[in-house]
Amino acid sequence: MAVSAKKIAAEPVLEEKKSCGLKGVFRRSFLGIPYALFLAMFVIFPLLLIVFYAFTDKNGAFTFGNFIAFFSSGTNISNLLISVGIAFITTAVCLLIAYPVAYILSRFKSARTYIFVLLFVAPMWINFVLRAYALREILNLLGLLGKTNFLNVIIGMVYDFLPFMILPLYTTLIKMDKSLEEASADLGGNGAVTFFKVTLPLSVPGIISGAMMVFLPCMSCYVITDTFGNSKIPLIGKLIETMFGTASDWNMGSAIALIMLVIMFVTMLCTGGFKNETTARGNAL
Amino acid sequence: MTKKILSWAFIALVLAFVYAPIVVLIIFSFTDATILGQWGGFSLDLFKRLFTVPEMRKMIVNTIVLALLAGVISTVLGTLGAMGIFYAKKGWGKVLQGASNINVINAEIVIAVSLALVSSIFVFNMTYYSLLIGHVAFCTPFVVLSVIPKLKQMDPSLYEAALDLGASPAKALFKVVLPEILPGIVSGFLLALTLSLDDYIITSFTKPAEFDTISTYVYNAVKNTAKSELPAFRALAAVIFLIIVIVVVVLNVRAAGKNKQIAKMEKGKK
Amino acid sequence: MEEKIAGGAEENLAGGAREENIIELVDLTRIFEDGVAAVDKVNLKVKKGQFVTFLGPSGCGKTTTLRMIAGFDKPTSGKILLNGKDISALPPHKRPVNTVFQRYALFPHLNVYDNVAFGLKLKRQKVTYERTDGRRFSKIEKLGKAEIAEKVNRALKIVDLEGFERRSVSTLSGGQQQRVAIARAIVNEPQILLLDEPLGALDLKMRKDMQLELKEMHKKLGITFIYVTHDQEEALTMSDTIVVMKDGEIQQEGTPLDIYNEPANAFVADFIGESNIFSGTMTGKRRVRFLNKTFDCVDDFEKNEKVDVVVRPEDVVFAEEGQGMVDGKIVSSIFKGVHYEMVCMIGKTEVVAQDTIERKVGEKVGIVIRPEDIHIMAKEFTVNRYEGYITKHITVAFGDGEFACDVTQLYENSTLDEEGYLVTASGEKIDLTDTDVEVEVGLKDIELVDVDTPEQEGGAAGNIVSIIYKGDHYQVIVRTDENEEDYVCDTEYTWNENDRVSVIIRPEAIKLKRKEEGKR
Repeated sequence: MAVSAKKIAAEPVLEEKKSCGLKGVFRRSFLGIPYALFLAMFVIFPLLLIVFYAFTDKNGAFTFGNFIAFFSSGTNISNLLISVGIAFITTAVCLLIAYPVAYILSRFKSARTYIFVLLFVAPMWINFVLRAYALREILNLLGLLGKTNFLNVIIGMVYDFLPFMILPLYTTLIKMDKSLEEASADLGGNGAVTFFKVTLPLSVPGIISGAMMVFLPCMSCYVITDTFGNSKIPLIGKLIETMFGTASDWNMGSAIALIMLVIMFVTMLCTGGFKNETTARGNAL
Repeated sequence: MTKKILSWAFIALVLAFVYAPIVVLIIFSFTDATILGQWGGFSLDLFKRLFTVPEMRKMIVNTIVLALLAGVISTVLGTLGAMGIFYAKKGWGKVLQGASNINVINAEIVIAVSLALVSSIFVFNMTYYSLLIGHVAFCTPFVVLSVIPKLKQMDPSLYEAALDLGASPAKALFKVVLPEILPGIVSGFLLALTLSLDDYIITSFTKPAEFDTISTYVYNAVKNTAKSELPAFRALAAVIFLIIVIVVVVLNVRAAGKNKQIAKMEKGKK
Repeated sequence: MEEKIAGGAEENLAGGAREENIIELVDLTRIFEDGVAAVDKVNLKVKKGQFVTFLGPSGCGKTTTLRMIAGFDKPTSGKILLNGKDISALPPHKRPVNTVFQRYALFPHLNVYDNVAFGLKLKRQKVTYERTDGRRFSKIEKLGKAEIAEKVNRALKIVDLEGFERRSVSTLSGGQQQRVAIARAIVNEPQILLLDEPLGALDLKMRKDMQLELKEMHKKLGITFIYVTHDQEEALTMSDTIVVMKDGEIQQEGTPLDIYNEPANAFVADFIGESNIFSGTMTGKRRVRFLNKTFDCVDDFEKNEKVDVVVRPEDVVFAEEGQGMVDGKIVSSIFKGVHYEMVCMIGKTEVVAQDTIERKVGEKVGIVIRPEDIHIMAKEFTVNRYEGYITKHITVAFGDGEFACDVTQLYENSTLDEEGYLVTASGEKIDLTDTDVEVEVGLKDIELVDVDTPEQEGGAAGNIVSIIYKGDHYQVIVRTDENEEDYVCDTEYTWNENDRVSVIIRPEAIKLKRKEEGKR
């Protein structure tokens, strides 16, 4: 066919025929529709369900009973306080270790610094439970397991969450304008003054986002307490698990989950750590 | 000078804390003694067990397949979502972004139980689907968060330039926007992958009873110390660590190679 | 036979269309979501093959107009006709126009060749074949690889970038990227090439070279160029037609020479080149009064009409004192390379002049302006504008008078303290005395009273020199004695010419602006 036919004319085609229908009204924002549907079905709706269960009893009748029961139980309150306490201590210890590490790494002049940063981050890629297991074996070897439950839990938490603190701190410190420190020195500030009056205040956003990345998951991370504390240190997260698991009291479990949710969002709003979220987990890669 | 030595010492100390458990585990993965700390002679038995015990093999494969599936779905969904958020009119974009961020802040346990509630009420009662949905719901927001900055960095007239040169909107998105934001998509995918591989809590609430991933399997084994597979986890940790080391080294070598190329080109220009 | 078919198609394209307008904007309007009319009822006809420039300050609507022609923005109302056919509903990828973007918008993931070939690879054409038995059939086909390569190479040759095919665009200099952007657009053989401030990112010397090259390219390609810029010099250098825009409206359309020599209004005069703009009044046939003096001119307007008078600095000629039409004193002189730029005070009015011979500061000179260098434009009475200053009593002096006013509008969120200092939002204290200000007073905000009315003393006084009936109100012009300052006001009351009146303006109706931010 190609041989027998001769090309005699060619004209550009500008208007395609299929310009009707949906194509005409295409907007790039429509691309978000699948995700919006997904979020509505599997994030918003489930949370509404939690709210519904939290405010109803076993027969589906409206009640505040779950909350009243939770807050009138001394053990529950102490569980809540222990959770917050453990999260707080872990955050503080992580910050004390991570800040010097991040500071030293950010001041390295070598081009190979990123290798050290990688060294601190790499363990994050080993399975979380497996990593906890490794530490547990070491504590076992040292004879600590089962004896110092609270200390073990803190060690376990710090071990697991340390990289989440180092990364945001490091990114904040490395991005910091070094001439600010030089300016401070130039104006007569010695090392300590420069650190406390310039470097530290400027790294607050990194501290906040790191603290959020450690504090929030700590409160509910019952995997660590189970692994290191012989299940003797009760976390609020564990309480929710029990309610949905062995106790099978969904209404109570939902109420506690809702309390948890409120704590999370309030902490987030208070610290304004929302927008720094990307620097934390996102930068792990 | 002392400052420098102190700095190095501190870094070394913290690195020791981070790596001691892993290194000890790896060392003792080359012996078949059941209790850590006892050396029963060199043996590759634990590694062999890892790949021969059917239960073990199954949960490793499960974990990888689940992570890949969740990673791919989250990446597609999250990339589309990020574009939707970025290109939508301000109000809608904000709403969608806010909804997307819920699971970033939310505690895993709350995500887990809320999904468990939905699953148990509706059709997919703790099936593979509920597990997959759980992972996608957890991973996608992070993909969105890593793609949006790339969209923001992109010159908005690139898309218009493609249209101007005769590309339909779909073609412009595929041929111009997608290549531009690819680095964000890739890192989003890798992030989704690691989050899925790492996850325990959501998995434990949404998985079918007989299904296990590395996380749930190890967790249950550690809780009921009676299980005989415990020593094999040393080998598992060793293998995973080896993979990480290889990936990191390969990435670095490639990055270094690229840097050299750029340096060469710049020299050539002069 | 075969050739006839091909030729026939070409004739159809060219036949008759050659002299017609390639693009026509009809009442084109674009109102943004916030209610701002970026483009307001623009009407324009562009002839085929012309180099048309939209010129105006940022925010004047020039880029929005271009984006609507390209299809990136949809008009709120109005039409865009391409060869007589309305294309306003057509998406950008179906319009036979191509754009060179402000920041080039080269695809960073593609090399130079692939950037240029991008449009060609997407192109489909209807190819007609003739079989040996004489029957014809048509197919929609992509362009062949060889054809694409040939076109890309030709385009790269036009922009002088042969041999750069495999280079990554990120390794190119600004000027080279610019050329790639042009090649990428012209390779598609568009009917119109749109250029959105394409030289904005280049340094001065490169910009000058590219201006000439673009002009050369326009000649060679023979297609219509629509160019957007805020640089008046660029516009004057390159264009066949300049369209000056402001606030979404066309101010003037014409050749560079027309626009420069016969600006349609004060804005155009001020925007194109440097100019002295005076307020004047026609006093007779081709006679205009400004600078307290009556000049001969070549433009004819109604007698007593208030006009804007434009004199280019290079047209102000100095003579010895007493030898010119008016006398003044040199107050500043700056060497500008080729010429001196000197400011001469005539009464209270500044006149800027350019000359190669320097006149020393303090020297008394006469000034000569030739009738053909006096450009007269009808004044649009929208608002009264004056130059004034703040007195030590915190009032404002302008137009031969003194008025109470609200000085806090000079600085945002400022307040006035008891001692008469202005306290800014940041707490800074400012003594406003002698601050130069620009004053605006609306036509309806001026009240006139008989000069003898008890208890009502206005800030200024003068005689009514003109009363024009405007259908539902009178437009009255009051002229002061000392400097012949005019107050134009709209009023419903009837006055008589030569009535002596007092001018009253409510303090809140006086709009003040610090002088330095008033000039562009």
